Amino acid sequence: MASTACFMIISKNDIPIYEAEVGSAPKKEEAAHQHQFILHAALDIVQDLAWTTITHTRLMLLHDSRNDDGIKSFFQEVHELYIKILLNPLYLPGSRVTSSHFDTKVRALARKYL
Amino acid sequence: MIGVGKIKQYTNVLDKPLSKGRQEVSLSGFAYLFSELVQYNQTQVDNIGDLERRLEDAGYAVGVRVLELLCHREKGNRRETRLLGILSFVHSTVWKVLFGKVADSLEKGTEHEDEYMISEKELLVNRFISVPKDMGSFNCGAFVAGIVRGVLDNAGFPAVVTAHFVPVDGQQRPRTTILIKFAEEVLRREARLG
Repeated sequence: MASTACFMIISKNDIPIYEAEVGSAPKKEEAAHQHQFILHAALDIVQDLAWTTITHTRLMLLHDSRNDDGIKSFFQEVHELYIKILLNPLYLPGSRVTSSHFDTKVRALARKYL
Repeated sequence: MIGVGKIKQYTNVLDKPLSKGRQEVSLSGFAYLFSELVQYNQTQVDNIGDLERRLEDAGYAVGVRVLELLCHREKGNRRETRLLGILSFVHSTVWKVLFGKVADSLEKGTEHEDEYMISEKELLVNRFISVPKDMGSFNCGAFVAGIVRGVLDNAGFPAVVTAHFVPVDGQQRPRTTILIKFAEEVLRREARLG
């Protein structure tokens, strides 16, 4: 498992709708902000590289160990979870994902693959 | 009958698999619900234009979800970038999942370059609906137009989509044509892609 990793889902309007620190390193307040900052800065560059869904929602992961297969599986499964969230008629597309169940599942996937 | 038979219970939607399965919805059940949707919205507006807009908005919300789901389920997350590709996706894949059949026809408008039409002899949502004369050109297909707009817009092909009745010779019921008018930038991009 990566020692530090930060995962974000960005809506098509460039608004983060879900964020999670999924690293095992002890949590530092500044580090979290720094991770967010790096991911936001990267948003302009990764246009063509990020895991993008057809509705232009982007999944982004900041990680410090290279593990392409794990990351791919992680994205695939999180994408499925995201679709399930989206299919909920009470979820407004483009709004924040607040489901605690989703959060738990994403963290479990991060532990499994990253 | 609806709700009879064993349905697996999931504690949370996130545990439910995304795969297809054969899940058909009873037509009468759908027709009842849709008629309620139309009637409710009718009480909320004071002109036909607003009523169509509300139905379209309801359809739009369906379109967004259908697009993301079907792109994942049927196309392995491959994104569609070409105009004809996305149109045939709507005409066949989306139609098949929603209405159980491919749409009757997909044509290019003869007068304008940016217009496409999907025609259906008997649109599912209109099957049990006849529009009274005093409601003019109102067409409940606005709901389907909204779905199409939801799909196209979110796939990066913004368009204005409207539903119209078109009389057919020798037929009592008119057919419904979904008219798609793409935004300028879509055609410019398409021309650049060659």
